Amino acid sequence: MEALLAITAIAVVASLLANRRKTLAGVRRGLRMFVNLLPTLVAVLAAVSLLMAAVRPATLERLLGGGGPLPFVAALIVGSIALIPGFIAFPLAGVLKDHGATTAVLAAFITTLLMVGVVTLPIEIRFFGRRIAIWRNLLAFGGAVVVAVVMTLILR
Amino acid sequence: MAPLTTRALKATKTAFPWALVALVIALWAYNRLVTPFAFGREAGAGLWSFSLEMAAFLPAMFVLVGLFDVWVPRSVVERHVGRDSGPLAILWMVLLGTLQAGPLYGAFPVAVALWRKGTAPRNVFIYLGAFSALKIPMLTFEVAFLGWQFSLVRTAVTLPVFIFLAYVLERLLPADVTIPEAQKSSPGKPASQAMPSTRQEAETVHDGKAS
Repeated sequence: MEALLAITAIAVVASLLANRRKTLAGVRRGLRMFVNLLPTLVAVLAAVSLLMAAVRPATLERLLGGGGPLPFVAALIVGSIALIPGFIAFPLAGVLKDHGATTAVLAAFITTLLMVGVVTLPIEIRFFGRRIAIWRNLLAFGGAVVVAVVMTLILR
Repeated sequence: MAPLTTRALKATKTAFPWALVALVIALWAYNRLVTPFAFGREAGAGLWSFSLEMAAFLPAMFVLVGLFDVWVPRSVVERHVGRDSGPLAILWMVLLGTLQAGPLYGAFPVAVALWRKGTAPRNVFIYLGAFSALKIPMLTFEVAFLGWQFSLVRTAVTLPVFIFLAYVLERLLPADVTIPEAQKSSPGKPASQAMPSTRQEAETVHDGKAS
């Protein structure tokens, strides 16, 4: 993160030295994209905050703990819907692991969490259009299932 | 009658995101000022951490995208990662994706900028795949909590899967597929010089594929 800010600062300074007008045009273009995205972004983040406040970690543990197909399917669904930053998701997965979640469940949860974004779909549609966004998520879901199954076979 | 309903609908649509934010803040304030209740506290804390995360890196990301847009010539992008690029393009996209940090929606502006400069759709999807699943800063976290074995196997299995999926997705889309110009200035605002140039680019993509 600090790296991103540093790189951006260096890029802006270098760009300013090379060509002031071009730099201003570029920065303005970037910031306009950001401002136009803001309402969609804000709506999604507020909705996710409400959703995450409604679902307690204890509920997740109960849902995803144990073996069998049910926690696996639950992990796929929860992982697809949730938007959890990595610094919360991996500790949570660690807790699930300690509570007896199987490799299959952990793999299903992590892969769908990373690759599929149901709640961020409105943002993705803004950028890519309905068709690409929906297809990408459907394929990513299929891919996540494959990854989870293969990982289970390897790590069993 | 119709214009009034349309206007009302539009106003609702504009107000909705901010109403949602106001609701979360109200719940949090209720928890803080009236009686403590967990839901309000959690929702407020969630929105706060999301907002911090967003404010910390999204503006910088967008500024970089804007600079990329004005400086990097289309021909360079097309030669390295365009429609006719070779397998080396996969390496470029995976490197680009794994070296970044942040949630997936931060990668969308970069992906769209790449697309508009003539990157092949499959390579854009490989970038998104690498970004979403294999970010190196995130992998360190994964190793810490789930073990290096889990992390290693997941990386090794995921990499070929999303490269394959990127090719599948490119085949699924029509050859002349375009993406919406959603990042344009909102309606009503005067058009700046930036807009025609982007539109022109979109048309060039179209022509290039038709010929």
